[in-house]
Amino acid sequence: MKAYDLKLLSNRQVSARYWHMVVDASAVEDNVQPGQFFNIRCGNTYSPLLRRPFSIYRINKNTLEFLYLVKGEGTKKLTELEKGETINLFGPLGVPFSLEKEDQTILLLARGVGIATLAALAQEANEMGIKTVAILSARTRDDLLATEALHSFGAEVYKVTEEEGTSDVENVRQILHRILDTHLINRLFTCGSKRLSVLLQGIGKERGIPGQIALEEHMGCGMGVCYACVCDIQRSGAKHSVKVCQDGPVFSLEEVVLA
Amino acid sequence: MTINEPDLTVDIGGLELQNPVMPASGAFGEGMDQVIDFNLLGAVVPKSITKFPRGGNPTPRVCETYGGMINSIGIQSKGIEHYLNETLPYYRKYQVPLISSISAESVEEFVEMAETIEAVPNVAALELNISCPNLKDNGLAFGMDEDITYELVRKVRGVTNKPILTKLTPNVTNIQKIALAAENAGADALVVANTLLSMAIDIDTWKPKIGNVMGGLSGPAVKPIIVRQIYQVHEVSRLPIIGCGGVMTADDAIEMLLAGATAVQVGTANFVTPTAMIDMIDGIRKYMKAHDLKRIDDIVGKVVLTNQKKVES
Repeated sequence: MKAYDLKLLSNRQVSARYWHMVVDASAVEDNVQPGQFFNIRCGNTYSPLLRRPFSIYRINKNTLEFLYLVKGEGTKKLTELEKGETINLFGPLGVPFSLEKEDQTILLLARGVGIATLAALAQEANEMGIKTVAILSARTRDDLLATEALHSFGAEVYKVTEEEGTSDVENVRQILHRILDTHLINRLFTCGSKRLSVLLQGIGKERGIPGQIALEEHMGCGMGVCYACVCDIQRSGAKHSVKVCQDGPVFSLEEVVLA
Repeated sequence: MTINEPDLTVDIGGLELQNPVMPASGAFGEGMDQVIDFNLLGAVVPKSITKFPRGGNPTPRVCETYGGMINSIGIQSKGIEHYLNETLPYYRKYQVPLISSISAESVEEFVEMAETIEAVPNVAALELNISCPNLKDNGLAFGMDEDITYELVRKVRGVTNKPILTKLTPNVTNIQKIALAAENAGADALVVANTLLSMAIDIDTWKPKIGNVMGGLSGPAVKPIIVRQIYQVHEVSRLPIIGCGGVMTADDAIEMLLAGATAVQVGTANFVTPTAMIDMIDGIRKYMKAHDLKRIDDIVGKVVLTNQKKVES
């Protein structure tokens, strides 16, 4: 991990609420992996003060792509940066997703901006010859952003939205069961929704399929020193407090306490 | 050292530091060793330790405010056993002094922990965190009361020969009185100060933005208050002062030195710029060269008050 000043190659709005940013990452020394994140300074002033954690959407040879939801002051400020300007990214940070060589098919359950986080994983799975089945959930069809990217990674994609009245947990449960009945899924992955994570955790337990979850939390430092972004995991019969930024953001779906 | 190189060393109550920049407890830790070389710092200050493991407060534990941030972590801690067996051995590979920041629920517990740490050779000094807002007590802390501050420091003085740095709280009516109570009780240095008790509310949810309702404000927004308090403490106390609160750059550190601080602690800045402390040391050195200043002492408390009416304390 390191703080890098990287050149912005592109920063544009891709839907009503989402933006897509590409940076020149040729200076990044570390190996960047899906599930990891960068803590990004959204401007050069003290307001907003703190960096914002962004998961990586696409990892390319010399560039990194981020798909972000414009939510508050930080992301609003980020949209003001233009191609050619430099942006300070600190990372890569955190524990990435892990795929096993023997995995044949994985299932992704993503909601909202969590789709971006899991798209990076689908890219890696594709490179490893692992098939991906993905359920994408969003408010509107317009927000189902990475669908094309997922298709390009050979993924089988199911889409649900509020707009179409298909995104309720019950419907997702049925889709999940249908997929699991018809595919041999080796590993489950989720990001972006607590309700859907609880659902997947239950189904994974029922069917004995291991899973991983990428958590989101307000962060202070992003490097494990401030203890702002903690959550609980259940391990060996006891609850342990862990740091999302350093011990995660990817955790075992079985262990994470989603209460 | 060439003849023109300024001397950045400082003496904090008998503790020799190679430069006046150290981290603020809670905003520094082992995870930063990949980003900066700890051996370049004036000292290292691991997160405040409590006697027993503590789970900390509910999330969200931080929120951003204009030019600052509020935190209420709740001193999540693995307890003193873990600190002695894991944390302190980790820092042995560094040559810079280690300051142990301790936090406790009672005067007796402070004394007990100070006694335990007294026996550890690689701890160069103790920092008594008497200022972390104790939210269980409506934000009251040991350091809000002169008599309790005196009693606490006096009793710790009785069990340790290590330098005692007393970290004062800014949430007081008269910081000079608390500073003097700590000094009279035998403290070797004063850390001025800590976060300011504060609150923020989300107008969409109508809920406090911090899980524990209130928290401590830090960052650039608080610096003028801390500069004022350093100035006030320096007026009445002979003890070296470590300024803490909103130091983001070398310029901020120098401002605190001018107000009367001998060193600074850096917290929030580490989150914004992970190399902030190293940048700051370089910046102070450059400033000293540019102004032909030989030693840090040439800056400490040198604020020029000519033609300005000094406020009687």
